[in-house]
Formats: sequence, structure tokens, C-alpha cells
Amino acid sequence: MSTNLLEARNIGKRFGGVQALKDVSLTIRSGEIYGLIGPNGAGKTTLFNVFTGLYPRDSGDVRFAGVPLTLESPHAVAAAGIARTFQNIRLFANMTALENVMIGRHVRTRAGVFSAILRTRAERIEEAGIRRRAEELLRYVGISDHADDLARQLSYGDQRRLEIARALATDPKLLALDEPAAGMNATETAALRSLIEGLRDDGLTVLLIEHDVKLVMGLCDRVAVLDYGEKIAEDVPEAVRANPKVIEAYLGVGTR
Amino acid sequence: MDILLQQIINGLTTGSVYAVVALGYTMVYGVIQLINFAHGEVVMIGAMVAFSVITALAGSSLPPLVIVLAGVIAAIPACMIMGYLLERVAYRPLRHAPRLAPLITAIGMSIILQHLALLAWGRNPLAFPQIIDNRVFGIGGAAISSVQIAIILLSLAMMAGLSWFVYRTRFGIAIRATAENVHIAGLMGVNANRVIAATFVIGAGLGAVAGVMYGSYYGIAHYTMGFSLGLKAFSAAVLGGIGNIAGAMLGGILLGLVEALGTGYVGELTDLCSWPITNGWLTGQCADGGNFVLFGSNYQDVFAFLMLILVLVFRPSGLLGERVSERA
Amino acid sequence: MKTNRERFGLALIAIALIALPFVLAAAGTAWVRITNFAVLFVLLSLGLNIVVGFAGLLDLGYVAFFAVGAYVYALLASPHFGLHLPFWVILPIGATVACLAGVILGAPTLRLRGDYLAIVTLGFGEIVRIFMNNLSSPVNLTNGPKGINRIDPFQIGPLDFSASDTLGTLVFSGPIKYYYFLLLVLLAVIVINRRLQDSRIGRAWVAIREDEIAAKASGINTRNIKLLAFAMGASFGGIAGGMFAAIQGFVSPESFILNESIMVLAMVVLGGMGNIWGVIAGAVLLSFVPELLRYTVEPAQMALFGKLLVDPEVLRMLVFGLALVLTMRFRPAGLWPETRHRREMDADRA
Repeated sequence: MSTNLLEARNIGKRFGGVQALKDVSLTIRSGEIYGLIGPNGAGKTTLFNVFTGLYPRDSGDVRFAGVPLTLESPHAVAAAGIARTFQNIRLFANMTALENVMIGRHVRTRAGVFSAILRTRAERIEEAGIRRRAEELLRYVGISDHADDLARQLSYGDQRRLEIARALATDPKLLALDEPAAGMNATETAALRSLIEGLRDDGLTVLLIEHDVKLVMGLCDRVAVLDYGEKIAEDVPEAVRANPKVIEAYLGVGTR
Repeated sequence: MDILLQQIINGLTTGSVYAVVALGYTMVYGVIQLINFAHGEVVMIGAMVAFSVITALAGSSLPPLVIVLAGVIAAIPACMIMGYLLERVAYRPLRHAPRLAPLITAIGMSIILQHLALLAWGRNPLAFPQIIDNRVFGIGGAAISSVQIAIILLSLAMMAGLSWFVYRTRFGIAIRATAENVHIAGLMGVNANRVIAATFVIGAGLGAVAGVMYGSYYGIAHYTMGFSLGLKAFSAAVLGGIGNIAGAMLGGILLGLVEALGTGYVGELTDLCSWPITNGWLTGQCADGGNFVLFGSNYQDVFAFLMLILVLVFRPSGLLGERVSERA
Repeated sequence: MKTNRERFGLALIAIALIALPFVLAAAGTAWVRITNFAVLFVLLSLGLNIVVGFAGLLDLGYVAFFAVGAYVYALLASPHFGLHLPFWVILPIGATVACLAGVILGAPTLRLRGDYLAIVTLGFGEIVRIFMNNLSSPVNLTNGPKGINRIDPFQIGPLDFSASDTLGTLVFSGPIKYYYFLLLVLLAVIVINRRLQDSRIGRAWVAIREDEIAAKASGINTRNIKLLAFAMGASFGGIAGGMFAAIQGFVSPESFILNESIMVLAMVVLGGMGNIWGVIAGAVLLSFVPELLRYTVEPAQMALFGKLLVDPEVLRMLVFGLALVLTMRFRPAGLWPETRHRREMDADRA
């Protein structure tokens, strides 16, 4: 079958006296949409921040695309091919939508101060390429009409899309989305869903943290469940849904 | 004379002043994460007000201690009002602005206060009138003056008083709760605006006394004194762990000691003639007991800053601080 | 593409700037000198704008880099050490030394929160001044508070910037020659700033200013990019310092006090952080404040009270302080805010 893109083994993280993550191991395969769910405070976002280099981990190791992910600073993680979005959208508010996406190209381009000052031929070609790719991505997520609007002027749904476009601009192998449907209405969620499916069809691997269980179960190829910092299940959605531990911990009484 | 002991005494004196001023920085920072650059100027104005009152009363028949007390009593409310106005007029409207805005305002207020003081008191320093008989006592080969004793004791009393206030009273608990988390403290019924204003007022009140102590120790008050005093006290606050009250006290005293010892010994230590290796290279200068001092005591003001950099490089959270530099 | 109207406007501005010194000289050479210092402050503001405006890093000791550039020039082109290198050798050296100073200062502090940088730069400005004041012993490096004088003016072949030349009926005095030189440098600095702003690096600076965590997550090595902003700003300060030393012919620690840093900051903030044209306007506006006060407040006081009650220098600083506070309160983006809509440059590109 498909190869493993990300393998995490025995990840541990503690904040003061709280063990936020305990021996979490999981494997994300190339080309799948991998869902990560769990009750509030189960450690989803913490795990996410560990994968993307925002928090240093206390124990365990991560292999990404066959090599150990040792450089843990966020920009190095982005360079390695993991791009992310934030639960509470973090855009560059006073830059245009297009510029936001152009920032995403930073890690794949090289022009420095001197080539910018001299505006060398190589710099001009690279800059044109950055712009072209950014425009393409805005079209891809469906907000090219707003290319010249400031990010803060976009609607909530469009801001989510812009954040995804910015993440895609880093040419990721793995796109990690932190609760992308939070605060969206049904129509927006449906549109988001088809966007994510489109990403998978184009060969991208997606890690999805979501509160919206229906979205996760309908969209993901495999789902892992965290509870109190531990992974209690990892399987296809049908199996996870039937797992008694999961029902007890998360789906519980009255959720479905 | 015992230089080491003497420098320790001097360091303790200035250190206690730094500690009291540092409390003003650290309390405000603890609650709203703002470096109140203008705090040094508030301290300076405290010294100026007190000196003016003391000078005016110096000719009267009142006992010297009463005159000094009158100066301090005039300075405290003056500074408290200024602290309150600073918060109310300059900082509060910017509480939700981007981080850079209140910082820029703070530096602007500092310049404004400094030059208003220049307008009010002129360019020349005010001298402390010779009304107190500053007795000097000898201990173990060093000297300690009654002013130094008074400064150290008064500072300790203020620190103890503030600790009691912050750790033992209802309002003190409200301050600590607000420092921990403004929103949750608000949900628990703490009036954040009042707490924030209070930290400014208390800090300014302490600063007023510190200004008088600092001025009377050196015998002069000047409109520029707030700048370097403020910078040093802030360094002390960072050294102890900014936002941490006990840290500010520890940091202040330590900084005072480092500065005094540094100033006392830097000339000797950087005299290349006293080092065997370099002495050989400088036979011309070093002959007949000559010396070749790289850095003398005129570099006194550099120590606080070097310490600040070293702390930021090696232990940004300070000696007693637990908070990390940035929250995600 | 630029429209004909824009071209016409630019041509008018160019002609006005070229004719300006002769108009000013008619009113007195002092006015040419004042204008030269205004242009120097525009240069400084543009340098600080990279740090504060683009990257959002509050540098309160910017004048230290100005001082470094000035002293490098003074030491390498004066009788103090008997060195007389040409200016086109010294200016790059000054820029490099200032840049190194910026990196040394920035490296330990830039990974911390912005307010620490502010206070550390504030302290750094003081330290540089203390060293300038005291490095006269044991080896006389800076000549202490007395400063260094008889600094060489610029010299290009036979063209001496301290003497007057006549071309037909036009008299090119020293200050006028410096004016044109400064204008050329200013033009270069504006072009450099615009190009940087529209580049990969410039975008990264703004991204860090807007949201540092998102910038990191988007693959920007924030520490290096911040250091770059700091180094660039310092280099510009160093170049401006070198020119200052040559124009003034004299440097002393007094010229590099905190108030100067505050003044440059006020120029950047009032004009509009991040907007090159706003910063230029702010710098020009505030550069002429002292002259304005000299010609209004001083005579007014003399007429009203018969003596000078309020020193114009004090008023000047009060104006700068108020400019900072009031701008932040009522117009945080400055009088001429940065606009990030489609730029006219875009059409020219690739």
C-alpha cells in the first residue's frame, strides 16, 4: 500500500505538572486525510504544536518522509514540508491576500538583500514566479477576486481559505489543519469539505484536527482519538465509531 | 580602610534604592506587560518636589527631621497623582492597541515629563540643603553614614510593607490574580481597571520615596536623574525576573552590589601593568609604579547594562522568574 | 506604467529640488546648512524605518549607529591619528562597522520579546556615548568629551567640498555641493528602500511585524530576518553618521544623546511607520521645528515678556514627545499611513 509520510513514536510533553501528551504514537500515510479528534483538553493542539515545531517535545521521536525530524524550529519544519493553519486564524492582517500567500513562498525561494537592491535578473524571475504561484493558489482556493484586499477585510470563511492558500504556498507534503471548520456555518463547512477533498485528490496528505465529528468521520480515511493525552484508538472511521473506548471517552452519551 | 566592605555598604545603599524603583516597573509589567519607561521620570519628579519643599523650609525653625519628612510627604501624593494620570491618560486608551503603541507612548511620556521638569526646575541641579548632621560611623574598617543607614532601613521597611500588602490583603490578592490572568480575574469580580491603576499609583508612591533617598544620598537632584536610575532599576527588575516582586528586590540589591564592586575594582583589574603578561609589553608605561588602566570608575553606568545583556542571553526569565519570554 | 501627469509632477519636483539650494542661498547660506541637516535626518529616519516601520522592532538607541559612523569617519580622516582616507573608502567602512555593532547587539536580544529590545537599545545608546566620552585614556582613541575636530571634508579629485566653486554666474558653495551629494544619496536610499519593501525580504519583515508566530509557521527564519533588518538599519545610520562628520567638520559625544534617537523615532512615527513617503514627510516636518520655534516662539516671548522664559530647545523636545504620544493615541498609522493596495511598481515588474 501507500508509504508512511509521518511516523511519531512515544511522543511525550508535559507543562509543569500536567502530562499533556503520554507516549503518543501514530502514523500518517501518504495521500490520506488523517483525522485527530478528542474531547476538549485531550492534547490535540499540543500534539499539533509539537509536530509543527512550536513546542519542543520532551520525549519520543518523529520521522517525516523517511528522515528524522530533528530541527524543531517552526521554520525548519515548514522547510521540511509540514505546513499548518491555526485554530484562531493567524493572517498578516495588514497585508493583502496576495501578499499573505506570497509570504508562504518565502521558504522555497532564495533572493536576499543584495539581489533585491540590485534587482537582478534572477530576482525578478523569482519574484514573478512567486506572484504567479500565489495567484494560482488564490484561484485554487477560490478567492482570487480578493487578491488585493487586506487580509483583515476578508470574510471569515475567506480568511480560512486564505490561510490554507498560504500554507499550500510552502509546497508542503503534509498540510496540517487545526479546526478549520470552527465557527463556520453549514454552507461554508460543505465548501471547506470539498476543498480538502480536492487537496487529497491532488495528491496532498492532510492532517485534520476537528471538533466537528460529522465532518471528520465523513472526510477522513483514518482517524485517531486522543483522550487525556493518550491515543485510545486509530482506525478507519467506521471502526473508530464502533470502538467502545471511544464511545465512552468521547462520543459518550447523547452526542449521537 | 577596607575597600571591599566599604563597597558592599555603598552597594547595599544604592541597591536598596534600585530595588524600590524596580518594584514600580515590575508591578506594572506583571499586570499589563508594559515597560513603563516614564517611571524613572516619576521618581525624578518625586526627588525634585521633595527637594523644593525641603529647601523652602530649610530656613525655618522646624527640626530637620520634620523638614525632610514634609518633603517626602509632599512628594508621595504628587507622584501618585502623576502615576495615576500616566495610566489613565496615556496608557489606558492603548490597552488593546498593538504592542508597539504603548511602548512608544511610554517613551514619549518620559521625554515630556523630563522636559516639563526642566521647565519647572531649570537646568541646574537642586542641592540638598545642609540641614541634617550626617554622622558617619566606623564599622570594621569601613564607614557608614546615618543617611545610608536610613536608606537601607527605609527600603527594607517599604519592601516588607509591599510584600505584606500583595500577599496578605484582599486587594493584593486581586493584583496577583490580575497579573496571572486579566480575564479570569475579571470574571471573579476583580475590577481590572482599578487594579491596574493601583499598581501605577503604588509604584509611583514607592518611587517618590526612592527619589528622595537617591537624591539625598548623592546630595543633588537633577531633571536627567530619572533616566539612568530608571534604566538601572529596570535592569534590576529583569535580573530578578520581571513581574516578580521578590525578584525586583533581589535584583535591585544584587545590581547595587555588582555596580559598587565593579566600580571599586574595575580600575585595578583592567590595569594592564598589574598583569604579568601585559606588563612585559608595556614596560614604558609601567615603569616606576605607573599604570595603564583600560577602564576606570567612570564606566560605572556600564555595569547595569552589561548585566542586563548577560541576563537576557543566559537566563531571560531572570533569577526568580518562571514565565517564558513569549506565549504562543 | 506611469501616466504623463505623474511624469510631469516628478519632473517638477526634480526641478524644484535642484533649484532649491540657490533659492535658499539667497536667504542665507545658513538655510542651506539647515536643509542639509534635514536631509541627513531624512536618511536616518529611512534607516530607522526599516527597523521600526517594516520589521516592527522598537530601536531606541538608533543614534548609536549614527555615532559609530561619525566616529569612524572622524578617526580615519582627521589629524587625530593623522589618517586622511578618502570619503568613498570610509563611508563603506563606517557602514560595515555600524552593521557589525547592530548584529552584535541584536543577536542576543532579538529572540526575546520586543520590549527587551527597546530597553537594551536604549542602554546601548548610552553605553556608546559613555565609551566615546571616556576612551581618551589610557590610549587617546576618541579624545573624550572634547571630541575630534578638523575633520576632512569630502574631496572628489580637484572638487573640494569645503570651498566654493563658480560655474558661470552660479556660485557653488560648500553646503550647496553637500546638498547635491546628500540628494544623490537620498535618491539611492529611497530606491533601495522601495526595492527592499517590494522584495521577498521586505515582505518577510512586514509579516514578522504583523504576526511573528504565523511568520515562523510560514517558514520564515524570524531571528535571521529580524537581524537583517537591524543590520540594514544600522548600516544606513553608519553612512549618515559619516556624512554628518564630514559636513560638520567636528564630532563630539554631545551630538549623540538619547534625545537624538527620540527625535528620529518621532519622525518615523509621526510620518507613518512603514510608509517611505510618510517617513520622509515626517522627517522634513520635524527637522524644521527648531527653526520654526526660533522664528515664532522666541520673538513672541521677547515681545511679550521681554526675555526668554522657555528655552526653544525644551519646546522642541516637548514637541517630539507630544508627537509620539498623540500620534499613537489618535493616528497610530501616522499622518501618511502605509497603503498596501496594488502598487504602481507592480506593473513595471517582470
